[in-house]
Amino acid sequence: MIRLSVPLHQALARLSLPALIAAGFGLMLLGKADALLAERARMALADALAPAWGALRQPVLALQGALGEAAGLLSLRTENARLREENERLRHWQDAAASLAAENALLRRQLGVLPEAAPGFVTARVVADGGGAYARAVLLSTGPGQPVRKGAVAMDARGLAGRVTEVGSRSARVVLLTDLNSRIPVLLEGSRARAMLVGTNTARPRLQYWPSGSEPQEGERVVTSAEANAFPAGLPVGLVRRTASGAAEVELFARLDRLDLLRLFDYRLPGILP
Amino acid sequence: MSGRAAPLAGLLRRLDALARALLPAGLTLLLMLLAALPSGLPGLLPAVALPCLVFWSVFRPAALPPPVVFGLGLVQDLLTAAPPGTGVLVLLLAHGVAGRWRRLLARQRFLLVWLAFAGLAAGAAALGLGLQALLGWRLLPVAPAFWQALLAIGLYPGLAWLLTRLHEAMRRAEAMA
Repeated sequence: MIRLSVPLHQALARLSLPALIAAGFGLMLLGKADALLAERARMALADALAPAWGALRQPVLALQGALGEAAGLLSLRTENARLREENERLRHWQDAAASLAAENALLRRQLGVLPEAAPGFVTARVVADGGGAYARAVLLSTGPGQPVRKGAVAMDARGLAGRVTEVGSRSARVVLLTDLNSRIPVLLEGSRARAMLVGTNTARPRLQYWPSGSEPQEGERVVTSAEANAFPAGLPVGLVRRTASGAAEVELFARLDRLDLLRLFDYRLPGILP
Repeated sequence: MSGRAAPLAGLLRRLDALARALLPAGLTLLLMLLAALPSGLPGLLPAVALPCLVFWSVFRPAALPPPVVFGLGLVQDLLTAAPPGTGVLVLLLAHGVAGRWRRLLARQRFLLVWLAFAGLAAGAAALGLGLQALLGWRLLPVAPAFWQALLAIGLYPGLAWLLTRLHEAMRRAEAMA
């Protein structure tokens, strides 16, 4: 270590803050000029941290599970009544679905519909929240034997969650539907009208650009559209909800606030990658 | 460092001093990594980083030299997918301001320090919002920045309690050494 004289040492110490602030500005310009560099740095850090997060996750998950258990015990009776009622309703839907599936198979046979290839998928665990104040994303830990491609579609057990935008050697980043930069072509199932689903950084993304005359109706189902070749058609997204001011928002099927496992479907669609 | 074999007590003391020097930055980094675990609370990481940074800047300024603050800011930017440099700038300026105020703040009661921190957190959130809007060249909603500041202010008392205990323990150890 070089020994500096005391005044020089003090002068350097006083200068280091302004110099580093200038470096911060430089970093901002660099990040703006070369977005790929920032992406690579992000994924390198995520790759390095993914195993540690995977290990840290266990105790946190155990704690959350215990808290959830305690809360569940308190609402056992009401929850039981609700489930009984829901079970009754679902039994009815199960019958309807079975008869519709049989009818659908029959119609497909009669029409000679070309069967769609079942897409391959890998399942990956969410290990960290990759978002900040103005970003909604999660980091997945992917094994070395799991080939994840940029643009793969991420779904949780209930519906569409987002898309893979960055891939590292053992982690991947999924930008969620709620992110400010997320734009998804969707279809309103009732009117077959197309629209865009625009992330607003809140829990419910907003619907925009539907054709005039086909207003989204409250409670209407929203699915993905194959427009722009970025998504396959028909993946479940959510239900339309009108706000008090009349804006159309979508209540997502996917539970983005408690993502645990995500299935990454690779449809090999050539659409515009983010 | 001398090359001679130091007595064991001297080595231990040196290790102890090294651990004390690394603790503030290391603990801040660890808390940031823990805050990145999926919790359902968006924006938790910056809201944990700022209170830690301000606390150490006020009460133990030697523990977090500007280059370390730069590194912590960079980690924050990379983990929160913010444009690189924004978090660096916010943390460095917060560090600078807290350093300016430290002679005043270090002697005040907790409530006043908290109030000063609230002002600082609001300023940091506004600066972060401004920088991100400027870099993306578009208007951004104010609500997330507001929430971010509120979260940081709400987390400060708990974190400060923990860090004060550590700080006092370190001071006792230093007095003994």
